[in-house]
Amino acid sequence: MLILKNKDLTDNDVTDFDIYQNRRKFMKNAAGVGIAAATGLPLIEANAKAVKSPYSTNEKLTDYEDITSYCNFYEFGTGKSDPANNAHTLVTSPWTVTVEGECEKPGKYNLEDLLKTVSIEERIYRFRCVEGWSMVIPWMGFPLADLIKRMKPTSKAKYVYFETLHDPKQMPGQKRAVLDWPYTEGLRMDEAMNPLTLLGTGIYGKDLLNQNGAPLRLVVPWKYGFKSIKSIVKIHFSETQPVNSWQKANKNEYGFFSNVNPQVSHPRWSQRKERRIGQFRKIKTQMFNGYEKQVAALYKGMDLKKHY
Amino acid sequence: MQIPEPYFTRLFKPVLFILLLLPALYYAYGIWQDTLGANPLEAIIRGLGDWGLRILLLTLLVSPLRRIINCPQLLRTRRMLGLYAYFYVVLHLLGYLWFDQFFDWEEIWFDILERPFITIGMAAVILLTPLAVTSTKGMIRRLGKNWKRLHSLVYPISILAIIHFWMMVKLDIREPVIYSILLAILLSERLYRKIKT
Ligand code: HEM
Repeated sequence: MLILKNKDLTDNDVTDFDIYQNRRKFMKNAAGVGIAAATGLPLIEANAKAVKSPYSTNEKLTDYEDITSYCNFYEFGTGKSDPANNAHTLVTSPWTVTVEGECEKPGKYNLEDLLKTVSIEERIYRFRCVEGWSMVIPWMGFPLADLIKRMKPTSKAKYVYFETLHDPKQMPGQKRAVLDWPYTEGLRMDEAMNPLTLLGTGIYGKDLLNQNGAPLRLVVPWKYGFKSIKSIVKIHFSETQPVNSWQKANKNEYGFFSNVNPQVSHPRWSQRKERRIGQFRKIKTQMFNGYEKQVAALYKGMDLKKHY
Repeated sequence: MQIPEPYFTRLFKPVLFILLLLPALYYAYGIWQDTLGANPLEAIIRGLGDWGLRILLLTLLVSPLRRIINCPQLLRTRRMLGLYAYFYVVLHLLGYLWFDQFFDWEEIWFDILERPFITIGMAAVILLTPLAVTSTKGMIRRLGKNWKRLHSLVYPISILAIIHFWMMVKLDIREPVIYSILLAILLSERLYRKIKT
């Protein structure tokens, strides 16, 4: 799938360049033998030293195998291994993203065109699921802010929300109404513009696999994983706060903000600790998933027990 | 239907014993060979819970089944089934105490009070314990009539176990629904007989 897709895309110089960027950046930043083995890169390159993104953590990376086999992506089934088994039916090329709502540049954009002006960089982020497990993922992507600026939101745009593709033929899990499809997630504008917020295009220097939300997904590292919506086909700027899918499904358990917060427990999962995939011992969950410095100011004066 | 006695004691029961041990061996092998996926500890805890519940329901199936196929011998598998259910449930609990909480008792106490599905699971195990303890022949004799009364606790325990499962599920309730239907059938059969007599 991956190879096929890359080959398809070689027609397009720009995308090709971006994929190249994906690779090159990754080779420069990646540390260690394990990664070289996982990605098939020559060791010397993988070990080459380079400037790291100041936002990246240097914690041990989760195995590529685990990141790509243990996923929550209900569009392909509710089991953790369903996405990896079923997501091959998703066609990610060509891919169109509709931009609409309160902005000056609405329209339908080819993914290639959207990627033309951005440069892909690597960000190694902690990823914390509401279910109490976590990973460390070397994402490839670009700041969401870059794209938002290009779309010139109007002064009315207070929120931005996203939708995943809705096509039960490609996404067999949508044949059952477990969630109200299409999957919807949103951010307040200042959250969306935060430099930590990414649109992800790859993992470990490779294009995203379908089960991880190819070809374009959100990455918001200080929020629970379900906020990081996958396989995005719509970006909507709105004046009012959108209702995200999980909030709609159960608003007593899932809120709009869904910031990682060890003090606000969930009836099913203690949020005080987390299981880092690949490790035996649990670790303490940090406020805002350890990104307090970058994002705490966004929530000044808010009662996070109420706005969970 | 009657299984010839030597086959029953020397073949049927040992085979059943080994079959019921297979899930435990599967998970033991899984830890050893690391074949349980990205989150093996979760897989173990869940798998043991699943088997505890399945065997618990199987235990409840024995009495109606022996009537249907007219095979009173089956009643003599019930202790083994019941003890196996307890075995898996206790391993399930141990998995939780160890891999989820690392025997941090303060945290565990907190967790039992805080998360309703843990509270209910805990109640189910605590209630199941006297049944396991009194499953010996001597106990059955000593308790007489009370033995039956004590062991009818298995009905509320099964209900608690399914509520526990149901509450733990995030959204996709297919599995707990299936178990609920099975339990409902098993319980209504008893109710029906009670009303009839
Ligand atoms: C009769 C007693 C019990 C039975 C039959 C039982 C059964 C189950 C079942 C069927 C599941 C769902 C597994 C799945 O998702 O496939 C489950 C989950 C779970 N049980 Fe129990 N359980 C019992 C008691 C307990 C107790 C006493 C505890 C801990 C104090 C406990 C802790 C858990 C946990 C933590 C999970 C969820 C694991 C996760 O979220 O991944 N259970 N149990």
